[in-house]
Formats: sequence, structure tokens, C-alpha cells
Amino acid sequence: MKKLLFVLASCLTFSSIYAGGYRVSIQGQRALAMGHTGVAVVNSAELAFFNPAGLVFLENKLNVSAGVTGIITNTKYQNLDTQQAFETDSPVGTPINLYATYKISDKFSAGIAVYTPYGSRVDWPNDWAGGFLVNSIELSAIFVNPVVSFKVNDALSIGGGPIYAIGGVNFNRNVLVQGNSVSSASGPTSIEIDAEGVTSWGWKASVLFRPTDKLNIGASYQSQIDISAENGDVSFQNFPGEAPQTGFNATLPLPSELTLGLSYQVNDKLLLAFDFNRAYWGAYESLDITFTDGETPASINPRNYEDASTYRFGAQYDYNSKFTFRAGYYFDETPVASGFFSPETPRNDSHAFTSGLSFNINEHLAIDASFLYIYFAEVDESFDSPNDTVPAFEGTYKSNVFAPGLGITYKL
Amino acid sequence: MKNNKYIYIVLCSLGFIACEPEFDQPLEDNPITQERGTADFSTYVALGNSLTAGFADGALYSSGQEVGFVNLIATKMKAAGGGDFTIPFMNDNVGGFAGFENAFGTRLVIQTDENGNQGPARLNNNVATNDIAARAEGSNFNNLGVPGITSFQFNFEGLGNPAGLTTNPVSANPYFTRFASSPTTSILADALAKQPTFFTLWLGNNDVLGYATSGGTGVDQTGNPNPATYGGNDITDPGVFNALLNGFSTALTANGASGLLVNIPNVTDIPFFTTVPNNALVLDAEQAAGLTGYFQGYVGIVTQGVIAQLTGGTRAPVAAETQAAQQIASQYAFTFNPGPNRFLIDVPVTQNNPQGIRQMTNEELLLLTINQGALRSEGYGSVAVTPEVLEIGAILQAAQIGAGAPPTQEQALAYLNAVNAIDDQDALDTEELTAISTAVTSYNQTLETIADSNPNIALYDANADLATLSSGGITSRRVTITSTLVTGGGFSLDGVHLSPRGNAVIANRMIEAINSNFNSTLQPVEPSLFTFIPVP
Repeated sequence: MKKLLFVLASCLTFSSIYAGGYRVSIQGQRALAMGHTGVAVVNSAELAFFNPAGLVFLENKLNVSAGVTGIITNTKYQNLDTQQAFETDSPVGTPINLYATYKISDKFSAGIAVYTPYGSRVDWPNDWAGGFLVNSIELSAIFVNPVVSFKVNDALSIGGGPIYAIGGVNFNRNVLVQGNSVSSASGPTSIEIDAEGVTSWGWKASVLFRPTDKLNIGASYQSQIDISAENGDVSFQNFPGEAPQTGFNATLPLPSELTLGLSYQVNDKLLLAFDFNRAYWGAYESLDITFTDGETPASINPRNYEDASTYRFGAQYDYNSKFTFRAGYYFDETPVASGFFSPETPRNDSHAFTSGLSFNINEHLAIDASFLYIYFAEVDESFDSPNDTVPAFEGTYKSNVFAPGLGITYKL
Repeated sequence: MKNNKYIYIVLCSLGFIACEPEFDQPLEDNPITQERGTADFSTYVALGNSLTAGFADGALYSSGQEVGFVNLIATKMKAAGGGDFTIPFMNDNVGGFAGFENAFGTRLVIQTDENGNQGPARLNNNVATNDIAARAEGSNFNNLGVPGITSFQFNFEGLGNPAGLTTNPVSANPYFTRFASSPTTSILADALAKQPTFFTLWLGNNDVLGYATSGGTGVDQTGNPNPATYGGNDITDPGVFNALLNGFSTALTANGASGLLVNIPNVTDIPFFTTVPNNALVLDAEQAAGLTGYFQGYVGIVTQGVIAQLTGGTRAPVAAETQAAQQIASQYAFTFNPGPNRFLIDVPVTQNNPQGIRQMTNEELLLLTINQGALRSEGYGSVAVTPEVLEIGAILQAAQIGAGAPPTQEQALAYLNAVNAIDDQDALDTEELTAISTAVTSYNQTLETIADSNPNIALYDANADLATLSSGGITSRRVTITSTLVTGGGFSLDGVHLSPRGNAVIANRMIEAINSNFNSTLQPVEPSLFTFIPVP
């Protein structure tokens, strides 16, 4: 096994799992339709995610919101110098959210939030030019977050709760192995790592301030959650000779996130909202992978992510007792630094446009629909080798995302 | 257009149309045409030695042949009107010839020995499977590179005669016997029969390399115009080289073909000679003082010896004789310091250097094949200190202060013989280096003159590039390689031949030279997709 020392030093520079693009912000149909604002919008059980402090201000005793979204991601790559062009063929992602809140007393409310903040997947075609960086990556994470809300006075409440995170990752890329050259008929050698059911804990705390009837101001903070895969599976495909038998350990930070926002009830029908998100991606400095066979040296992969901000704007218009219309926009900064742009996170800064509506079937039940379109400008970017063994890769990328979603809101 | 873009975004965001991401300059509207320029790549023939053959890691093996620079260039030529490029592949990825592993071993891989040290070792315990008598599959190949050939073997008729493999001395080359069109042909004749429209010729490395890799044990044949009298490790006379290369170039371009000549790198730029430093004698303070002290004793014995020689041992020396003896002996008063020290090497015994040893100079080089274990632990390159030597040293010290009898003649001899200087075959000394660089300079002058005088011949300055590789590295398409063994990425484990990634970078540099001379637009290869670390 020692003979593989040098292979594995080079093979697992597997790149970022948790990029900005994978933090798909679809945690509520109503909020999403308003540009995913919500830290200061007291509207439905979606508050259990956006600002648990506000639960105590919800009018109804019991609130339930549930929804599912289909994310269709398209990324194209081309390089005019090498005359190569490829596009992803990723299956539709389906993030879900389920929220329920219950008013225990005038001062106390409790709730539970279950949601999938990471649930994206990128599949590049077989034998594509960037296979030495990524062939496919699938990331899933589900957060279970019980929350409580306490009303300090009529203008102020606080809330929060623990987060139980369950994550999984599957990643496949090619590796350079002598005796199996790039052009070999049998195809390149690839490595796949897989870890499922990795669990971790975090917490969320928030505050809601209501200085007037019309104005809400909110703040919410989610702690950093480190997902540590222990003895995950490692397998090789098309390896010339005897492939190493080993597991892997790696820790991936889900960065802490701060949201500040306000909403203003302009008149009986119109509500405006603004949210500012700051995601502390700077925590993702390096991806360090160690192998459990004790012989394969660790793979240290600098990432140098940068903290990133998102600016969100939303509006809601109560057309009549049956229909409510919503629209929004947000600008999302990428945490990926120039020169570290890899095709498994082909995400530059983006503009997102949202719209949606609610149809009130009766006073208890409403159907919510949303639609998200994310526009990415065309970008010329590169992944410059952080070390000698990782292939550099450059080209032009162009992506977009469509995400239609459907949900229900129940109030009692 | 700008307005359309916004309308497009609005429509997409409302979900009215399914919007594929589209590039401003889509690939299908921007094809790159690979033009052949004034060259004709339809029949490309690659000529030269092991470098052209795709030799790497001390062996010729199939995946190494596949990633050789000539095959990479041929792939790019295909897009500009080039034809098929056929290679006389070895039948496996192990290399070597069964039963002849001493001369033609299996390829080197990094292996871990029983002590846990990692280093290059021959694959499969140096047991090859290729039959030396077997012919390569196919015929009429485009890659006619033959490992080991010198300039004067390129047109040697009979180099491909299997019968010549068993003559003494051997008169055939087992790589050429695999695919020579007949027992009486030469490489040049087979090349011309192929009627190349384009050729690369990188020939002449072995006209000095054999001398260099043998530590200069051969003869510098400069001035001797008859290669038939040369030994295997000699330097070819530059006059011979000049006449031959002019003849080859004329013959190859006679029908209007064009080509690329590649010049000869200075051997001092390749890791085979630069990996083992000449000052790897690393000592602590105590060891340094001990070695310095040893040579003080050494000087004393040599002084007495020279005096005995001068006087015939029959009378007391006169002052001048003592002085002369002391002067001669003083050259052995080597001093050693804590930290790295330069090794001692063997040199010819002369009147002025009766012991035939001296310390290496800064420029002198050690070969990669030197026994590095002996350097580390057996005093190779300095002194093999034994308890006996230490005992004699104590006797010497005592005698010097009059506290005892001097050592016996036997003891004195044993003391002197403890010096274990580096053999000629393991080092290149100043004189040998000068002989090599003089020849290389002359060869390269020949090649430059040929290319300058013939517009159909381009020149790739491999000598300049390998010097750059050695001094700082070459970057091609974001990949940088240097000549540092293993980690530098440019060279394979034998320290002479290129790694796959090194081949890719050099292929790109040659493509640049071809494009520049012939106004062609061959595209580069991607070096990052080629490995450089050999794995079993």
C-alpha cells in the first residue's frame, strides 16, 4: 500500500463541497417569492426558520407551513483555446421545508423547523475536460431545529434553539495515475468518496423588535456547524493494479450566518421587506482530508473562501381575500475567490428574481406558489493549482437556475 | 441587444420561457482552425534516440511511448492535415528485455525498501518479459526513435540486424532490430523510405551522454575522425558530428520535406548529475573535528613518506627536502566544518599528488547512480573510520608530542588507506566537464548553422530550455515544471528522460518553434493532464 503514497497525495484535492452556490436559500415559499426576505416578516410558520423570536407575535395558535421546490440548474462550460464545450446534466434538486409553531401562552411559543439548506448536485458528462477536478458531486444536509420564542414586551421578543444537522456527501473525480494515461482507451482512473448520515449540532438565536405597528426589525444568527466525516468510504474506478483500501476523514465547515432585516407595512395591502445576509465563509480556509490506512498522506487543499453578503428585497400585495401576490430580488455575492473557481461550484455573483402568490382556499388553508430565476453573468475563471499535483483548469462558465415551488400554509 | 437581454431576464424570471444559459461567443461560432502554414504534416517521421522513442524511468514501455513528446505533437498535427502516427510499441508497461535485464532493465518505480525508505527501484524485481528477438507489431512506423543511438549509428547499416546482438562487440541495437525493415538497413534509410513530409531530429545526446553517465571513464575522441574506433563511452569528434548531421539534414530535406532540429542540452542541467550534491558530507562539530584531525595525522605520515622517498630512507633529510615534503603533504590538510562539506574524489596519482585524492570543487558533479547508502554510512567520499584507524590515530598523536613510538609502516599504511574517496565512475571532474561542454557547444553550433542556412529546417533550443528548467522552471499553460527529481515534475525517475508532464511541456515548446518557423497554428497540449509520478 505504501507504493501509493504519491498517488494519493495528489488525488484528493477534491474541491469545495459547501460553496455559496450550494447554500440554496429556499426555506419558505412565501419568503422566497419575496426575494427570500423574512427575518422581519411576521406572516406564517416560515418564521420558525427566518426568525424564531417572532413566533410569539403570530396571530394564530397553531401555524404550519410546508413546501417543496424543484431546482433546475444549468451550467455550461467552454474554452475557445482548447475548443471544448460541455454542460452539466444534473438531476432536479428538491429541497423541502416543514415548519410548525404553537402558541403556549401569551409570552411563549414553541416550534419546529425541518429544512434542507444544502441539497444540490452537479453532474458533468463522462470524460469531460474538467474531470480531474470533478466528475460529479452530491451534497445533502437536513437540519432539524426545535425553537422557542419569548415575548419580552409588546415591542420585543427573543428566540432560538438547537440545530441537529444530518449530512452526506458523494464526490467523484479523476486522478492521474501512471500506466493509465489520459488518452488511454479504458478511460481515466477516478476516485469516489462517500459519507452518509454524518451528524452535528449547532444553534440559532434571533430577536424581533416592533417599534411601531407598521415597522418590524429583526436579526438572526446561526452558528457555524462543522460536519466531520469519519472513516467515509473511498473507492477507485479503473485503477491500474491494486487500488488502496482506505477510508477517509474530513471536516467541512458550514459557516455561521447573520441576517439583519426590516419590513414595513406601507398600507393595508402592501408590505415591503429588506434582508441583509452575511455568511462567514472565511471559516472555509482549507479542506484537509486524511486517510485511515495510516500510510496514505493527508491531502491539504486550500480553499480561501471569503465572507459573502446577500442583499434581499421583497414586496407583498394583498390583492383580495383570495389572492396575495409577491415579488422580490436579491443580489448574491459568491464566496469563491478568483483563481479558486472550480467546476463543482461554478458560482460567481448572481442576480435572483422571484415571484409568487398565495391562494386562500379558506380562512385556515392557503396554497403558496413561488418561482425563482437566478441569473449568472458569463465569467472567465480558472482554478489555479494550489499545488503541483492538481491540474489547473480554466474556461468560460455560464449558469442559470430555475426553481418553481409549491407549498401550503395552515393556520388554526 | 442590451434591452433584449433585460427583456430576456424578465421573461425567464416570470417562468414564461425556458432559458438555457448562452455564451456571448459560443464555441460553434468561434472554431479555431489548425493551419499547417508552409509545412506539410501529412507524413511526420520522428527521428532520434531514447528521447524520441519515448523512453522514461530507465526503460522503454508502452504508456511511456504513448506520452512521448513526438506522439503528442503528432496528435496536434492531425488537426492540421497530419496523418496517422504509428509507434513500435513495446508489448507491456514493464519494459526491459527478458534475460538482458542488466543492460535493459524494467522501468523504475518508487518503492519502499525493508527499512521504510522510499526510492526508485526496478519494477517486478527487474524481471522483464519482452523477448529481445520479438518484432514489434506492425511495420513502416512513423516513430523511428531508437534508444541509445549516437550520430554515427543513425546511418549505420546493420544496426537492425538481429545477428549483431550476439557479436562481440555487439553491433546491433535491440530496439532497432524490433522494427528495422531489413537486416542491412539503417535508421536513415528506413526514414527516407517512408518519404517524410515533416521530420523531427533530436540526435547527438548520446555522443556525450555515454561519456557523462559513465563518469567520464571513456575517451574524448575529439580529433579522431573514425567512429569505428570509438568505445561505448566516448565523446564523438565534433567534426564527425558536423559532417554527419549536415548529411542527414540534406538527405531528409532533399524531396522538399521540412523539419525540426533539436539541439543538445548540457548534461549538467539534468537531474542525473544535479540530484546528489557534492557537499552532502554533513557533519556535526565532533565529526568535523575528528576528520580534520585525521587529515592532520595523514599529512604527518605523507610528509614522512615523501622524505623517505627523497632520501631513499638512508640518511637524514636536508632542510629543502623536508620543506618540499611538507609542501606536497600540505594539500591533504583538508579541514572540515560542522554542516555540509564537499566530498573527496580519486584523481590520477601524479608526482604532485602522490596520494591521488583531493576535495571536489564547487562545479564538479556526482552521478545519480552513486551508492548513496555508502556516502551516508560507509565513509564513501571521506574516510572509513574503524576502531583500528582510531587506535593508530592515537599512536600518531602520542608520537607527535614525544609520548610514544611512531606507528609502524603497516599501521601508517592502514591509516592512509582508510581514505575512501569517490571513484572516477561516480563523478564528473572539472576536466571531464570541460570536455563535455566543449563538445556540446560545437555540436550545437553545427545544428544552428544547419537550421540557419535552410528555411525548411526549424531549430528548437532544448539546451536553453533545459537550462531554464534547471535554474527556475518552465511554465506552459499554467503548469510549471523544474528539473528537480520527482517533485519538479519535468523528469522521470532515471534523471535523464522526461516525465509524461515533461514531455507535454517540451512538446508545447517544440510546437511553438514549429509554428514560429512555418507559420502554422498547431495547438498546445494540456500538461496538467499528464502525470509525473511513477506508480507501480
